[in-house]
Amino acid sequence: MVVLAGLGLALFVLPLIGLLGRVPWADLPALLSSEVVTDALRISLIVSILATVISLVLGVPIAWVLARVEFPGRSLARGVVTLPLVLPPVVGGAALLFALGRRGLVGEPLYEATGLLLPFSTWGVVVATTFVAMPFMVITLEGALRNMDLRYEGAAASLGASRGTVFRRVTLPMVAPSLVAGIVLTWARAFGEFGATVTFAGNLQGRTQSLPLAVFIALESDRATAVTISLMMVVISLVVLVALRDRWWRTT
Amino acid sequence: MGLIVTNWVRLSLLVVASLVVASCGSDQESAGEVLVSAAASLTDLFTEMEESYESEHPGVDVIVNFGGSPALREQIIQGAPVDVFASADLANMEALVERNLVGGEPQVFASNQLQIAVPSGNPGGVSGVSDFGDDALLVGLCAEEVPCGRLAREVLANAGVMAAVDSNEPDVRALLTKIELGELDLGIVYVTDVMASEGSVEGIAIPDEVNVATEYPIAVLSDAPNSDLADDFVSWVTSDDGAAIVAEYGFRLP
Repeated sequence: MVVLAGLGLALFVLPLIGLLGRVPWADLPALLSSEVVTDALRISLIVSILATVISLVLGVPIAWVLARVEFPGRSLARGVVTLPLVLPPVVGGAALLFALGRRGLVGEPLYEATGLLLPFSTWGVVVATTFVAMPFMVITLEGALRNMDLRYEGAAASLGASRGTVFRRVTLPMVAPSLVAGIVLTWARAFGEFGATVTFAGNLQGRTQSLPLAVFIALESDRATAVTISLMMVVISLVVLVALRDRWWRTT
Repeated sequence: MGLIVTNWVRLSLLVVASLVVASCGSDQESAGEVLVSAAASLTDLFTEMEESYESEHPGVDVIVNFGGSPALREQIIQGAPVDVFASADLANMEALVERNLVGGEPQVFASNQLQIAVPSGNPGGVSGVSDFGDDALLVGLCAEEVPCGRLAREVLANAGVMAAVDSNEPDVRALLTKIELGELDLGIVYVTDVMASEGSVEGIAIPDEVNVATEYPIAVLSDAPNSDLADDFVSWVTSDDGAAIVAEYGFRLP
């Protein structure tokens, strides 16, 4: 068991070591403060946080409906929501273009009515990223809601609590660990998003170029910058994942 | 990351292909085979070249191995038994000349130029290079790091246009797709890309004074297993017969 676990772990650790071996340590401060990197970091942080907030606002109700409301086509709805997990992100990005692009199904009337254009804008990156990341929120939370003992909610309701109060005071606290897990997974997926973003929102420094896009473009010509950005992403993600785990997952 | 993966897949396929070819090398002379390594952007052109040459020379089998010029160059340096090399740029050919791997002088047989591509119907009303400075249009280019992006920036610099770029696409295919869909109003691609798109994008010529060209050289290699046939194939490609096909596929003649 331990041997297999070690073997599995090596699969994750070895590429990390490979990356560390290529880090241009001496030039690191200059590379990290270059405009390409700081611009991309700003876009990545804004977009990943916005995508996580939107996934909370829309994803929690989706999870609740899927877990608690019986309606025809529920399995189909569940499948559709989790589709972005299976779909190659580039295909997701193209599908978003067909739907929300300037010539898209919804995008064209929207553009003509309001002049709002999602592709090639930071909001476009937010939409593409949310599309890819929100399923993590939904599946994590839905699982918790389905496994929850319904009698607690029933008891609260029988004592006169309104539906809103029950959800806020009983349901949410009981699924809190899963909610935190959902937030972390959603944020992590959003932070690393590449394919849907480049396809739907394009690539422009300071507007749509997030860290993963900057890495990909830099790999063609400037490996030092590419490795530096990758290192930055690894460090930020590890700090967030480890810190959150120690703080909020201990109870589970 | 998709591109990198495809490049690796492509590279490994090329290596396998060259190994297969190497193992068949022994009976190459008797069968009358010419192995040509040609740049990926020559795929349509050299497929036609192969068919035409074979129909004019019964018994000769032309085998074309397509790939990125740097990858093809590396295979030749590593000893792949290639007869003829057709590169997408002078630099990769020059690297072989320096290693004395080329017999004779490489000859430029085709060149490719850039063109403005717009969605069919030209909804942005694009008329020329100066439109790249128009903030109201959605402007795309290839990223500066890839050849089509580097060349496009040379064109814009020659024309003195400051481009109001909305997206630097990672490769020419991605750029073409967004133009085809009408999401971008204009971009700069190769002339042959517009031809190959078969009407899904429209081309607008860039004036010769500001346009730039990439040149495609061809040469017989000094270690060619079948150098007589290779010489004949190269003379045919650079002859009027070959030139007619070059022009037909949208490439320019040197």
